[in-house]
Amino acid sequence: MSEQPTGFDDLAQFKQTFFEECGELLGDLEIMLMDLQGNPENATTDDLNAIFRAVHSIKGGAGAFGFTQLVTFAHTFETLLDGMREGNVPVTLGCVEELIRATDILCDLVNAAKENANLPDNHGAEITAALVALTASGAGAGAFKNNLDANEDPKIEASDEDEITVFDVWFKPAAHLFSNGSDPIMIFNELQTLGQVEITPDVSGLPALHSLESEESFLAWALKVTTNRGQVSVEEAFEFVEDDCGLVINAATSPDFPLQIRDIAVAAPVNSVVTPPPATPLPSATAPGPQTPAAKSPSAPTATSIRVDLDRVDQLVNMVGELVITQSMLNQLTNVEEGGVQTSNPDMVKGLEQLNMHTRELQESVMAIRMQPVKSVFSRMPRLVRELAAKLSKKVTLVTSGEETEVDKTVIEQLADPLMHMIRNSLDHGIEGPAERREAGKPELATVNLSAEHRSGRILIEVSDDGLGINRERVFEKATEKGLVPTDIKLSDNEIDNLIFLPGFSTAETVSDVSGRGVGMDVVRRNINNLGGRITVNSTPGRGSRFTMSLPLTLAVLEGMVVAVGVEKFVLPLTSIIETIRPNAEHVHTLVGQGEVLSVRGDYVPVVYLSRVFAIPDAAEKAAGGLVVLVDLANGRRIGIVVDELLGQQQVVIKSLEPNSPHISGISAATILGNGMVALILDIDGLQSLPQHDMSRKKMTGENGGRGQTRASQTETGKVEQCQSVGIEKEVRRIMEDQANLGVSIPSQYGQKPEQAAAE
Amino acid sequence: MDQQISAQQKNSVNGPSAQVADPTAGYDGERPIHSGETAQYISFTIGNEEYGVDIMAVREIKGWTNTTPLPNTPDYMVGVLNLRGVIVPVFDLRCRFNEGRTKATDKHVFIIVAVGDRTIGILVDAVSDILTVSANEILAVPSADRAIDDVFLTGLVTVKNRMVALLELEHLFDPQSVPEVDGSDVEALN
Amino acid sequence: MGRKILAVDDSKTMRDMVAFTLKGAGFDVLIAEDGQHALSVLGGDMVDCIITDINMPNLDGIGLIKALRSNPAHRATPILVLTTESDQTKKSEGRNAGATGWIVKPFSPDKLLATVNKVC
Repeated sequence: MSEQPTGFDDLAQFKQTFFEECGELLGDLEIMLMDLQGNPENATTDDLNAIFRAVHSIKGGAGAFGFTQLVTFAHTFETLLDGMREGNVPVTLGCVEELIRATDILCDLVNAAKENANLPDNHGAEITAALVALTASGAGAGAFKNNLDANEDPKIEASDEDEITVFDVWFKPAAHLFSNGSDPIMIFNELQTLGQVEITPDVSGLPALHSLESEESFLAWALKVTTNRGQVSVEEAFEFVEDDCGLVINAATSPDFPLQIRDIAVAAPVNSVVTPPPATPLPSATAPGPQTPAAKSPSAPTATSIRVDLDRVDQLVNMVGELVITQSMLNQLTNVEEGGVQTSNPDMVKGLEQLNMHTRELQESVMAIRMQPVKSVFSRMPRLVRELAAKLSKKVTLVTSGEETEVDKTVIEQLADPLMHMIRNSLDHGIEGPAERREAGKPELATVNLSAEHRSGRILIEVSDDGLGINRERVFEKATEKGLVPTDIKLSDNEIDNLIFLPGFSTAETVSDVSGRGVGMDVVRRNINNLGGRITVNSTPGRGSRFTMSLPLTLAVLEGMVVAVGVEKFVLPLTSIIETIRPNAEHVHTLVGQGEVLSVRGDYVPVVYLSRVFAIPDAAEKAAGGLVVLVDLANGRRIGIVVDELLGQQQVVIKSLEPNSPHISGISAATILGNGMVALILDIDGLQSLPQHDMSRKKMTGENGGRGQTRASQTETGKVEQCQSVGIEKEVRRIMEDQANLGVSIPSQYGQKPEQAAAE
Repeated sequence: MDQQISAQQKNSVNGPSAQVADPTAGYDGERPIHSGETAQYISFTIGNEEYGVDIMAVREIKGWTNTTPLPNTPDYMVGVLNLRGVIVPVFDLRCRFNEGRTKATDKHVFIIVAVGDRTIGILVDAVSDILTVSANEILAVPSADRAIDDVFLTGLVTVKNRMVALLELEHLFDPQSVPEVDGSDVEALN
Repeated sequence: MGRKILAVDDSKTMRDMVAFTLKGAGFDVLIAEDGQHALSVLGGDMVDCIITDINMPNLDGIGLIKALRSNPAHRATPILVLTTESDQTKKSEGRNAGATGWIVKPFSPDKLLATVNKVC
């Protein structure tokens, strides 16, 4: 499929680099052309140059690897862009739209080259024709230049290489020869590689010393070159200077052989004019002509950048993480409360404080290295919208903002799929066709907004549209049909909207080939949650929907709250913590088969005992009078986690348990605390679905790391997740009322009577 | 130990001896398992029993240190420890063989081994020796003689009148076979 | 041999390939992403040869050559421009700005080395 020019085998290793670069260039092109599309009349030369360069670079690399189909198309594309940047082809909206389509074709060709696939020869033929037509319509266009074929220097022709010939060469450089770095010595060296060379200088042109310009050439040379490489090779040696010298080359077989220098010196040189150039051949150092860098552009000074292998960056991030842990261990040593040694050495204390500060700064700087603008993900969306809109016969435009917002590279990579899926959904289900919109008094052109911004240490990404919004009756119907919610449940509008995130919701009866089969919003939510983020939806019927994703800026480090449960320590993600409370007994209630709930300002929040979930002996047994940390879950629900103690806030480096250890539900990862011990990072969303063992039957063995030997027996108090279903507060109230009405008794271990509970 | 028969007598290379159906018959024939070369094993003790692991798998021997238990894991999973920044799970071999939990003291050691792409630690009483064993000295594990699942042993070898059981690490603490213990009658939402 | 060469191109692929080829032939290679970057990479130092693309942001090839030629340190440094076959005007523009020679893209590693050896 690709025919590489000879000698290029070594360079195959750079294909990967080329494709990566193409990815970036194509992304840039998308964005630049979109901007241009919004404002074609005000296109600047800089804009057009940048667009030209992107296509030009793709063409250059493609040529090196022999991707002919890509090269050919890129060349046509580039030629039009050249015409536009030279001002020969006007920048009209129609023209820009062709450019956008051309970029799509370019993308196809790059992908085909990357996957070694074959596209039909006429792929993109209509676009090609359009590009050619636009180019031809330009002023002074002339014949469409398509001289791509010559990869070799056109001067190399087949010549009779075997015959040894003697060539007479007369060479008189123009005075300004040196001004472009040419050096006759180099030419003579080249000639010597062809065979034998005899050189005779002609100093007749040398002026008197006092009028000798040190940077001009006054010499000429007569050379006799004996070679079997043919005249063309001899001419080639002078290739770069042929326009700046008098050059005569005669072969032994020529009637002018041998050259008579005298004659030549008198006669005008055969080849080129040797008139001295204008009076100031050399740009002097003080000439203001050439642009000095400082004066170049009034725009902001550009930042230089370097490329670094991602592996090296990851390694750096890891090492800094270790440094943070070690530094934290050092701190521990002088922390009397934690069993450290009190130090009265002020230098030591100061040193440690500084170390603390520097380590923090170092960590922030290093984390910043991996930050990338979301632009790279956003840039794929316009094309998606274009294609879908066309397929669905809808008119849609995508407006993006905040592309420069930065996020860790690892997060960016995970963003693409959820974003694409949400946009697909929006176009498929949310946005109406043009006729429908017109009837509704909306503009025919629908808008999808994609934005990113930083907010309180996280990144907020929104996808919103001005379509129909969520069809609540339909959604509720579907949810009840699938048994995801009870039919008689009363839900608020927003709760209904969020039903679409329930697992099992999305199996569509009619599979639209746009949204695809079975990849529902529940998968999107799960993916976002796995990143430590959350996603919610807001919708106004008839006006549109808005999906909001909140993601952490980085996956490597977590702001955590360290808590103690028995002898164990766990880490809770700080951003999920709402508050910590010490509830009174009257605020703690029990539900049959549901476990305990806490009443907090009128709402009922399920209680999770870490000691029971993880079978930790000698830990807090009662929420009442104990410490309950109220946390926000990804699905918008809340739970209260019972702990023994809050040990403090700290930034922890996230360490994965896998692949060495098995995955544990309720635990997302681990970290190493300052004392060198491993602490587990809780997966609070996973916690709610875990059974809570009855700890009253557990025995402590007293061994280190000891856990009860007997298996905790399963009790009815297990399924906390029932409480997580939608509308819990109302559901809980309803259940409690029912219990009171029915006089149901609650298992005695909780010691509460239903009347007490209902009295709340 | 009276089941030992000297290695020389067992040197029939391709002896497809019949499988003895009767579980009380003791050995089902000492077929040599490998042929040819020698291998080295690090041997260690659990109570009165001695085991060996392939020396090539051993990364280091680590003295006793506190571990962090992983909740809802089998009893033989002691917990995880910090091995220079890497989280490594440690397993109680005695407990894995259903002989009760080890009452660990600071005299106990962890043998850190690499199994596939995982690094794990095994809690043992003490390390005893480095053995050089040639393949034809390795005896098959007698079936049904002990309560151990003999899939965890690759063979037996006799060293100076002691019997050393060679461990097969792949399956011993395979994450697939380490079930999450959260109650069999509860299905988790996730 | 220890000859020092500066390669300037806004395409990473190009930079990598040119650097690879030249290093393989024993050159010390400096690289830059555009004309402005090239000037800052050079600083006051001299090199034995400079290869530059024409189309680059910030300061393009022509601008770079002019800036170099106006600096005594680089007045006589051989400079090669990378041009595409269809860019004849750029070739002469380059020469007029002071380029020593040119290399036509796409070029084979052999051609690159041959051309570099021709001028430095």
